[in-house]
Amino acid sequence: MPLTNLTGITRSKGDPRVEEKGPSSLTAPDRLARALGWFSIGLGVAELVAPHRIARSLGLEGSEELIRAYGLRELASAVPTLSFDKQVGLAARIGGDALDLATLATALHPGNPKRGNAALAFAAVAGITLLDILAYAGVQAAHHRDRGSARRDYSSRSGLPRGPEASRGLAREDFDIPSDYRAEGTVAAALPAPAA
Amino acid sequence: MKALVWHGKEDIRYDTVSDPSIESPRDAIIKVTSCAICGSDLHLFHNLVPAMLPGDIMGHETMGEVVEVGSAAKGSLQKGDRVVIPFTIQCGECDQCRRGNFSVCQRTNRKGALGDKAFGHRTAGLFGYTHLTGGYPGGQAEYLRVPFADTTHIKVPDGIDDEKLLFLSDILPTGWQAAVQADIQPGDTVAVWGCGPVGQMTIRSAILLGAEQVIAIDHLPERLSMAAAAGAITIDFTQESVVERLNELTGGEGPHKCIDAVGTEAHVNLGQPDTLLDRAKQMLIQENDRPHVLREMIYVCRPGGVISIIGVYLGLVDKMPMGQAMNKGLTFRMAQAHVPRWTGDLLRRIEDGQIDPSFVITHKVDLSQGPEMYATFRDKADGCIKVMLQP
Repeated sequence: MPLTNLTGITRSKGDPRVEEKGPSSLTAPDRLARALGWFSIGLGVAELVAPHRIARSLGLEGSEELIRAYGLRELASAVPTLSFDKQVGLAARIGGDALDLATLATALHPGNPKRGNAALAFAAVAGITLLDILAYAGVQAAHHRDRGSARRDYSSRSGLPRGPEASRGLAREDFDIPSDYRAEGTVAAALPAPAA
Repeated sequence: MKALVWHGKEDIRYDTVSDPSIESPRDAIIKVTSCAICGSDLHLFHNLVPAMLPGDIMGHETMGEVVEVGSAAKGSLQKGDRVVIPFTIQCGECDQCRRGNFSVCQRTNRKGALGDKAFGHRTAGLFGYTHLTGGYPGGQAEYLRVPFADTTHIKVPDGIDDEKLLFLSDILPTGWQAAVQADIQPGDTVAVWGCGPVGQMTIRSAILLGAEQVIAIDHLPERLSMAAAAGAITIDFTQESVVERLNELTGGEGPHKCIDAVGTEAHVNLGQPDTLLDRAKQMLIQENDRPHVLREMIYVCRPGGVISIIGVYLGLVDKMPMGQAMNKGLTFRMAQAHVPRWTGDLLRRIEDGQIDPSFVITHKVDLSQGPEMYATFRDKADGCIKVMLQP
């Protein structure tokens, strides 16, 4: 919800109202990235406020500070993921996923009584990693500058029908900078004219 | 009717909306024949401009045919008139309008109290922009209600294509004002940062005003090729140092006049580390704008020179080298364009064949393709520099 909805700004009475929504500029990868950004915020907050509970449920006692740090990392990657520079955020998320998987792998040993939970978490993070990779690739493809036709050359588009050289100073024939836009002057121009 | 509607960050939709109607005796309704996407629309697309509401109609570069006229506007407009609509709405009667400062008209911002709070004093109402400037529905639509229509229009003759006239609404007078407020004099070296549509118009205006040397700064080859077409020397800031090159081209003195046609969204790149920091702060809402260009202009401008700012800025900027600016005695001029102040003169120059603004159009499509064209324009894909839309 935009902040403006909270500020009481409203549309004027007679203005056109939306009757039927049409196609959007948002692509499917854009929407996936946005969902992953909000997921990052949710997970990040959980890791920040409940690291002990998470550590206990995974058999990772002693890793509470690490989990808290991962929470901060999640929030840090959520900010660009939710921005229009989402590729940066998604790349950060993929790197974070690798760290998460590596950490969870340490909890998969047979001696861990919560090994089942850790395996479930590992599978979930692997799934999220796949979504992150899909979103990253999709966003890159949808918004890459090189999509469409080849680079164009506009060196024939002068916009000056008489040519640049013939146009230089053309407006000076009947236009001078208005007095309220003058910024330059010279001492010579400012001095009173010498008496005859 | 159909219109391009803002629904949130990066979310522009081709919606069906209710038709506009006459609300005040000074109103008129125009049937839109052509409109365009402006660089400043991208700031809305990125949700960097505060006080937008989902459901706001986009667009402030519009022209068309008058189909309905309020009783008080009938003296100056008639059904069937062909008009270009300035992006600024002006009453023509207040102190600022009488001075020619139309973009700070004191009476047309219908949400003036918001404008007063945000800016200290209200500015003019604008089409298709934030509610801080009135929240007026924009012209990327089939029809547009024009408030204060008796003074907010430019009548244009038949027989000239829309392509040549449409940009009287914004980018041509905006580029012209950028050059005029730099007080360009024959013999000047003028550096223009940003070769988007406004930068391109600024370059042509600087040439027409007699600048001896125009230097265009950007990093996109297609934009630089278009700048070079008008006789500008080009600098690709990803390939060479802007400061070193400008000093080299000016005998070590720096440009007389520096023009910012970039504004709030300076390109972010590793070679200019301040742009990375600005972008990070912008994401965290610690800074509104990315003012790399301002910093660079202040540093490289010749002492006693002029800084002309026409690229849109939105709010707070950090790390501004005011010490350099003050000690070098620089003059700063800036404003949203006072469109009607220049359009009579510019229309004559179009008719006279001095300038043909249609050169900047790279994509001409149906209004229904608007949502995807926002993304194409933002991504600088497909050689896109300027998008013209037709309902």
